[in-house]
Amino acid sequence: MDALSLLSAASIDAGTALALASLGLLVNERSGVVNLGAEGMMLVAAIAGFATAVHTHNDYLAFLAGAAAGGLLAGVFGLLVIWMNTNQYATGLALSLSGAGISAFVGVPYTQEALGERASFAIPWLGELPWVGPALFRHHPIVYAAMALALALTWFLFRSRAGLVLRAIGESPDAAHALGYPVRRIRLACVVAGGAACGLAGTYLSVIYTPLWVEGMTAGKGWIALALTTFATWRPLRALAGAYLFGGVTMLQLHLQGQGVDVPVQVLTMLPYLATIVVLVLISRNPTWIRANMPASLGKPFYPGA
Amino acid sequence: MFRLEARAEPSRRFAYASPLIALALTVVLCTLMFAWLGKDPVRGLELFFVEPFLSKRALGELAIKATPLLAIGLGLCVCFRANVWNIGAEGQFIMGAVAAGGVALTATEETGRYVVVLILLAGTLGGLAWAGITAFLRDRFGANEILVSLMLVYVAEQVLSYLVFGPWRDPAGHNFPQTSMFADSTGVPRLMAGSRANVGLLMALLLAGLFSLFLHRSHAGYKLLVGGLSPPAARYAGFSPRASIWIACLTSGAMAGLAGALEVTGPLNQLTPHVSMGYGFAAIIVAFVGRLEPVGVIFSSLLMSMFYIGGELAQSRLGLPKSLTLVFQGVLLFALLASDTLIAHRLRWVRRRLPAAKALPVAATAPNATPRGL
Repeated sequence: MDALSLLSAASIDAGTALALASLGLLVNERSGVVNLGAEGMMLVAAIAGFATAVHTHNDYLAFLAGAAAGGLLAGVFGLLVIWMNTNQYATGLALSLSGAGISAFVGVPYTQEALGERASFAIPWLGELPWVGPALFRHHPIVYAAMALALALTWFLFRSRAGLVLRAIGESPDAAHALGYPVRRIRLACVVAGGAACGLAGTYLSVIYTPLWVEGMTAGKGWIALALTTFATWRPLRALAGAYLFGGVTMLQLHLQGQGVDVPVQVLTMLPYLATIVVLVLISRNPTWIRANMPASLGKPFYPGA
Repeated sequence: MFRLEARAEPSRRFAYASPLIALALTVVLCTLMFAWLGKDPVRGLELFFVEPFLSKRALGELAIKATPLLAIGLGLCVCFRANVWNIGAEGQFIMGAVAAGGVALTATEETGRYVVVLILLAGTLGGLAWAGITAFLRDRFGANEILVSLMLVYVAEQVLSYLVFGPWRDPAGHNFPQTSMFADSTGVPRLMAGSRANVGLLMALLLAGLFSLFLHRSHAGYKLLVGGLSPPAARYAGFSPRASIWIACLTSGAMAGLAGALEVTGPLNQLTPHVSMGYGFAAIIVAFVGRLEPVGVIFSSLLMSMFYIGGELAQSRLGLPKSLTLVFQGVLLFALLASDTLIAHRLRWVRRRLPAAKALPVAATAPNATPRGL
């Protein structure tokens, strides 16, 4: 019982980075833009946040720096993709490759730094409850922020007027343009928001979760987050659930390693990646379902007045 | 202010000029970066653009690093032209290296030289099979090839790690995660004494010619191009999109696998956890900078090889991190994508919208001028 409680707590912790990133990417994709640069944005934000935490000893400033770094990179991506109509896949890849390079370059002096033990974040009284206490009420505030973000996005996308406009732009930018909505500016805002969320995810990894800076530390989490948006059929709560599920796979894998199970470490390390592939295969088997849920203009360039 | 205007037709001139503009932009940005890091920019640029050509040994190193980039880049030309986004060449390279290493480990000093052919063949098949997984999942289930091929990179890294930490570890290697050195009979023949450049370079150059013929002179290549440019047109003509996916993935996988085999039997001579220096990812940039054109890729792979050597020199001579190479590569790709905009658009100087109070001359309001929003 106790082990299970700890495992679910750890899954939520491990899944939070995926949740933040995929929620951001989901907004981004709902407006019709695919950003394959998630991995790069997370890495740059991870080092930006980590460096800020090292110098200021303030986690919240670190998150601010990470979000700003992610948003800035996403802004560059957005300008290229939305105004100059560069290929979205190629530009996103460029962002991922440069992000890996920039973070590795900038991060060299920080590889020896450590942030030290984090304080406990147990919520008084609730954190003391048996079983649910350790599982649910002893996380860093950002973990709850990710949950709140999923709820808020569900309301925003499906219950608010602004969310309706955002989805309309993703479904048919031409129609939205004809109605007078500034398609490009709204798309840029969504892309920047997505980048900022990826930035929070990266910072969470380096400042809260690990907390260390290691070159290439995201280890594909940005790509898994991209897969999660499809898996979640672009719905925030499903993305959150999917992220925790993947967090669970990661934790299970680490747990088994710790137990000294007679399976090579490398096979266990592969599990999250193999799980991503399996999930992609399972959900892609039904193309009509994907097509019914996918924003219709996803990945396609938009030429106003063309 | 400047405004981007769509050209009536894509400009051929800018299609070829764009990589040069991108290179110029990269040099400018890198100069600024050296200055910002407090290093002499002239010295810095020298390391990247002059030193790699200064000696026979340096030229050999240039060729050594250009060979895998060229081989992978050629495969990616075919792939990206068919609009199939296999971005997992890194994983296919690793599996090629693993397969080649597996054969090479069975060879002894007495084995005949024919074993080199077997090794290269094994590597090619290894990469091909690894890319085949992506092709199969995309073809059979419609799974997104970008994500699948990339996930398989991480899986391939773990496979290699398992082998060199486990069953293939050199018993006499002081517990280092590496295989024993391969027997001399497995080495790819060198081109000349005093340089590490080997026959792999000639193979890659020959393949560049073959790929050029395939893309521009063969019916299969034509079908692939049409499918990439316009899937509806390809369907109308009866060209199978499924065949495109398979050809694109398997070709690029085979080339990446061959590159992996050449790498382990050439410069490395053993398997370690780090057989690739990111060649699979750098080759994506090589393919784009080379305009997805085999001949262009010859030049862009040389350029990227210079970046690798420059990064190493900057590390040893200026004390900068080696990852400078990755930064430069990323900047180059960004600059290329940005300057590619000029192929389909032109910059035009337009005067800011006149204030409404001023009456416009009649001629300025042409009847066919369409109002532009945004």
